[in-house]
Amino acid sequence: MEYKRMEKRTSLAFSNMVKSRLGGKTITSCYQCGTCASSCPVAKITDKFNPREIIKLSLLGEREEVLSGDSIWLCCSCYNCQERCPQKVEIADVIYALRNMAFEKGHIPNLYSEFASAIINDGRIAKISKFMEQKRPAIGLPPLQPTGVDALRKILSATGFDKLQKEKEEAS
Amino acid sequence: MTGYALFLGCTIPARQPNYELSGRKALARLGIELVDLANMTCCAPPPVQSIDFETSLSIAAYNICLAEEADLNMITLCTGCFESLAMTNAMLKENEKLREDVNRILSKAGKEFQGSKEVKHYLQVLKDDVGVERIKQSVSKPLSNLKVASFSGCHLLRPSELLKFDDPERPRIFDDLIEALGAKSIEYRNKLKCCGGLLRGYADDLALKIAREKLVNTTKAGADCISTLCPFCFLTLDMGQLMIKSKFQEEYNMPVLHYAELLSLALGIDPKELALEFHKIRVDRVLYKIG
Ligand code: SF4
Ligand code: SF4
Repeated sequence: MEYKRMEKRTSLAFSNMVKSRLGGKTITSCYQCGTCASSCPVAKITDKFNPREIIKLSLLGEREEVLSGDSIWLCCSCYNCQERCPQKVEIADVIYALRNMAFEKGHIPNLYSEFASAIINDGRIAKISKFMEQKRPAIGLPPLQPTGVDALRKILSATGFDKLQKEKEEAS
Repeated sequence: MTGYALFLGCTIPARQPNYELSGRKALARLGIELVDLANMTCCAPPPVQSIDFETSLSIAAYNICLAEEADLNMITLCTGCFESLAMTNAMLKENEKLREDVNRILSKAGKEFQGSKEVKHYLQVLKDDVGVERIKQSVSKPLSNLKVASFSGCHLLRPSELLKFDDPERPRIFDDLIEALGAKSIEYRNKLKCCGGLLRGYADDLALKIAREKLVNTTKAGADCISTLCPFCFLTLDMGQLMIKSKFQEEYNMPVLHYAELLSLALGIDPKELALEFHKIRVDRVLYKIG
């Protein structure tokens, strides 16, 4: 009995945590109909990913499994499910909320960690090579304007983004 | 002349000068002036939203502030940028609490989001400011007989509640604009389905499988080319064909052209001025067909 109550409490605690995050607020409206999974281009070709399952595990409080697993990173953010959910669950945004929580725990795929470093260093996630920059006048493009890296860094430090990324870099 | 602050983003200048050139040339011909503002940054697309949503909203809002300060609406060529910026613009205009939170962050960079401007994808600008009729009249080299498989990409249409672009299940704007050039916009299976582009680099196998389906379906429907609006979709479908060739030993040779490129050709701009050599899959077949 005591165990059951505790279990209920952890699941509630986790779904409340997701609910309180940006993007996460609709998670508890899910009634597990599966419309999302049947609209999902990724779920269609692999059994490693199923949005309905991610929501279910989150509602059951399976925090570790959800946040440290691969699955949440397999959504391609196409928003097809979100358009069609009869309960208006913002599924793609819920997945962002879960990814954000995973980032705070230091669980992010290397690719994303590279994106984070690129933003901090260059203010861009795709680097513009010297080659491309020099090519511009030859093909009739105007010179590139400077990037607002300084302003961006101030924003990144105000949200704590740079600090979290540093911790992740140091840990790995 | 209607003026817009051009939000160029990262992927286009990094990899697709062909897109930028055609976009600039075609819009100039149609009387849309693009203003290049200093100090813009990454738009904070889905990969950044995935890391920290609040940061991504703040970055997008910062860029919108630059347009607000210049008293200009913003235009994007990239659909990814459109989604990040237009979504942020809508969220912050609607939600006062969120706007306050973001403005607290922006104040550190000396900015304040007002919510006084629009963010538009260039397709929307073509439809609203130029109009389908005027585009038809401006065509000097109709793309007659060209069968085009339009692929708008996810982030032009969805999340529709925030982007409010076109009907997310039965969109028409893109197809109408293709037909305004004299081409035929064809139907094909799973037209609105994602290209899988955002899985590239993380789950390449899955990404390629999804992209391959698009090539199979457009080939079956007899398309002469696919037309895209987004540099990510373009990469996934154009360069993706080389990866599909090495992985599945299948060759599609399906030219992929941005809508701005088709538009430029129809407006009579010389193909030699469009840096078409940046395409991995040659577009000769299309140029030949339109004569
Ligand atoms: S479509 Fe909506 S209600 Fe149905 S399972 Fe998915 S998230 Fe839950
Ligand atoms: S947004 Fe993610 S979960 Fe939803 S349909 Fe697209 S890939 Fe699947």
